[in-house]
Amino acid sequence: MINKNGTLPDLPPPSTNIGVIGWLRNNLFPSPLNTLLTFFAIYIIYLVIVPTVDWAFLNSNWVGESRDACTGGGACWVFISARFDLFMYGFYPESEYWRINLAFAILVLLLVLLNIRQVPQRGWLAAFTLICYPVITFYLFSGGVFGLDPVDTSKWGGLSLTLILSGVGIVASLPLGVILALGRNSQMPIVKAASIVFIEFWRGVPLITVLFMSSVMLPLFLPEGTSFDKLLRAMIGIVLFESAYMAEVVRGGLAAIPRGQYEAAKALGLNYWKSMALIILPQALKLVIPGIVNTFIALFKDTTLVLIIGLFDLLTTIEAGFKDSHWLGYALEGYVFAALVYWIFCFSMSRYSQHLERKLSTGHAR
Amino acid sequence: MTPTDKSGSGTVESDEAIIEIAGMHKWYGEFHVLKDINLRVCKGERIVVCGPSGSGKSTMIRCINRLEEHQTGKIIVDGIELNDDLKRIDRIRREVGMVFQHFNLFPHLTVLENCCLAPIWVRRMPRKKAEEIGMQYLERVKIPEQAKKYPGQLSGGQQQRVAIARSLCMSPSIMLFDEPTSALDPEMIKEVLETMIELAESGMTMIVVTHEMGFAKTVANRVIFMDEGQIIEENDPETFFSSPEHDRTKLFLSQIM
Repeated sequence: MINKNGTLPDLPPPSTNIGVIGWLRNNLFPSPLNTLLTFFAIYIIYLVIVPTVDWAFLNSNWVGESRDACTGGGACWVFISARFDLFMYGFYPESEYWRINLAFAILVLLLVLLNIRQVPQRGWLAAFTLICYPVITFYLFSGGVFGLDPVDTSKWGGLSLTLILSGVGIVASLPLGVILALGRNSQMPIVKAASIVFIEFWRGVPLITVLFMSSVMLPLFLPEGTSFDKLLRAMIGIVLFESAYMAEVVRGGLAAIPRGQYEAAKALGLNYWKSMALIILPQALKLVIPGIVNTFIALFKDTTLVLIIGLFDLLTTIEAGFKDSHWLGYALEGYVFAALVYWIFCFSMSRYSQHLERKLSTGHAR
Repeated sequence: MTPTDKSGSGTVESDEAIIEIAGMHKWYGEFHVLKDINLRVCKGERIVVCGPSGSGKSTMIRCINRLEEHQTGKIIVDGIELNDDLKRIDRIRREVGMVFQHFNLFPHLTVLENCCLAPIWVRRMPRKKAEEIGMQYLERVKIPEQAKKYPGQLSGGQQQRVAIARSLCMSPSIMLFDEPTSALDPEMIKEVLETMIELAESGMTMIVVTHEMGFAKTVANRVIFMDEGQIIEENDPETFFSSPEHDRTKLFLSQIM
């Protein structure tokens, strides 16, 4: 059949190529070998899934107070629920848990507001989140003001400590990394040399060494009598370490911006800082969102290393939990729980970064 | 200032120099790219620069707004002599608009934001006023309906017209064009040239590096031919095209016409 204007009409594709059948045909059973592999894979999945479900759900115990409640032969989730407060708050005094809860409630509220388009003055809200919120959180956690009981940082722990360490690391390492990346690209030889030395030094040593140095060696160099907080030292170590990585990620983005963008900015009369802030960095940072989030995720998991300097983060509290004589033998439950919590946070970051990439895409192809 | 004579040989109503280049040399490392450039451009003058590739024509106009640094000689733009003083460079860049071969629009900003950025951040204009001016110039280049789109969604010709509007928003007294049509598909060259002709008619001082000889014939007061880093020949378009003096000019013209 021929259309009136002489062109061939659009025909639908054959039914075997579309829909569920088409998909199955193309992806699972395109050839005898692939069919065989498909069935083999289904068998492997069956072998893994069935015992996992049995252990984690069907034969598991969820309610109870002690290990006596675990009679099913599967996972003993009672261990997690009985020790849940320890995993979340560490050794923070129980009567003061509300302060931690309040701090995280404020954070969640701020994050939700920041992601609603209709909220007015989101710029100020973002500034508040980045500048005022950490101060509020610090005083909520440590107390000593407004009649709050002081709580020593050695009592901070669990998931809340993990979140504090990684939150501070993320918020501080990105701007520091941007400055280092700009420094490394600088025309000024001293700035450039200083940035290179800084980046290469911190990138060249393992984080575990950095933490160990900050906790054991640093006090030796400081004048006698001065002591500053172990947690603070760990934070500074993590921030400096991660900012070196961040700097290299950002530098990759800067290198990908065509020279014409710099020239156009110059030709319009924008000075260095304005052209960086308005033209170059918004594009460069957008390009390296996957790399930045990758570094954030690595940082989040690297915070577990603080266990070697005696800080009780989530993983350490869980390990302490199953080394307790009341709960010996429940390491697997503990590790699965830890993995699940870390996975939820890391996966959320990953999804958010993909959302951000889509949102910021302006449909330009270079 | 509306020059009535479009044939090119016309007079310029002012002989006040707005750009003066005297004895300018430039090297890229050991390579001597620009040799003894002397050029005087009057207010309202329209100059077309042509020449084979690698002859230094782009480099020359990029020296005028200091995208390239010259080593010896003098460049005076709008009464300000170019040197290492960053404040002077910024002042000159505010007065000199530039249009690039590859448009160089900012892909993360909308068309209107591209236009308003420099007026807001360099001229410290209130956003509202900058947007009004931006729309005004987008209308002048005949694409006001694209204001909210991103550069990536526009055709090459439209992008180049936005780039022209973006420069005009700074109300420059001089416009430099660095091969504005070389990266365009043939059917889009015309719309950009028309915009440029209209701009020329409004009395803008323009220096245009281009191979569009039709444009040179209709618009230019003077045509400059460069080869191997030197200005070889400089004449009004009629004489330049009908009776070129130098052999190299003749050869070049025979190759492109």
